[in-house]
Amino acid sequence: MADKKKKNLPPKAQSYQAFQKQRESKRPILMNCLKAFFVGGFICFIGQCITTLYIHFFDFTEQTAGNPTVATLIFITMLLTGFGFYDRIGQFAGAGSAVPVTGFGNAVISAAIEHRTEGFVLGVGGNMFKLAGSVILFGVFSAFVIALIKTILIQWGGL
Amino acid sequence: MTFLWAFIVGGFICVIGQLLFDICKLTPGHTLSILVVAGAILDGFGLYEPLIDFAGAGATVPITSFGNSLVHGAMAEAEKHGIIGVLTGMFEVTSSGISAAIIFGMIGALIFKPKG
Repeated sequence: MADKKKKNLPPKAQSYQAFQKQRESKRPILMNCLKAFFVGGFICFIGQCITTLYIHFFDFTEQTAGNPTVATLIFITMLLTGFGFYDRIGQFAGAGSAVPVTGFGNAVISAAIEHRTEGFVLGVGGNMFKLAGSVILFGVFSAFVIALIKTILIQWGGL
Repeated sequence: MTFLWAFIVGGFICVIGQLLFDICKLTPGHTLSILVVAGAILDGFGLYEPLIDFAGAGATVPITSFGNSLVHGAMAEAEKHGIIGVLTGMFEVTSSGISAAIIFGMIGALIFKPKG
């Protein structure tokens, strides 16, 4: 789509596009990946510690312990977001802090805190899922389609 | 041993996200949506469950597990009630993540003041 748009531009603009692309600063991909790997891995490691706690002390099985773990991580995220630490981690780690469920929590909670000045109903209520809404929408819709296909195959296809 | 695998698998999923950021130049919103859909598709083929058994929190903490547990809830209910169950069971497993986000978001908005 981007290429189609470029064809319609006047030649001067095209040469500018090429010039801009040349001057664009290169992203340190390897370094970013390493940071994302270690921070993301560390968050999952903490998650594993919490999971182990729940299995040993609260009678959860390995299958069900994921749910309270996620809730606990989001609680920790609330504290980190509220005190302004999560932004700094996010700047350093990129996807390492966005991909774990803490990133989802951060998107919801920071939107809630940020729009508080607009009032609780229209500000907090209306903007809470501004960023995280797309994740829920596409997750639910794709899960619906997949589960529907699978159910139909199992029930009438005899899979 | 699960601790090490949780670290490696979780880190690896984050690297995939970082590559989508940097090489494909996608916004975080697009990247997370793609990862959620990927998790749902993987569970559709029955591949996500073995990963959870193997890596523990390394597979349940990244956002991909959100798609996985949505499909899981829908399928569990669909076995009992047929097609209708796909709708009614959708949030059965995921409810903790979403409700935690909403509840703590509200509490955070009550306690903390926005900065800057």
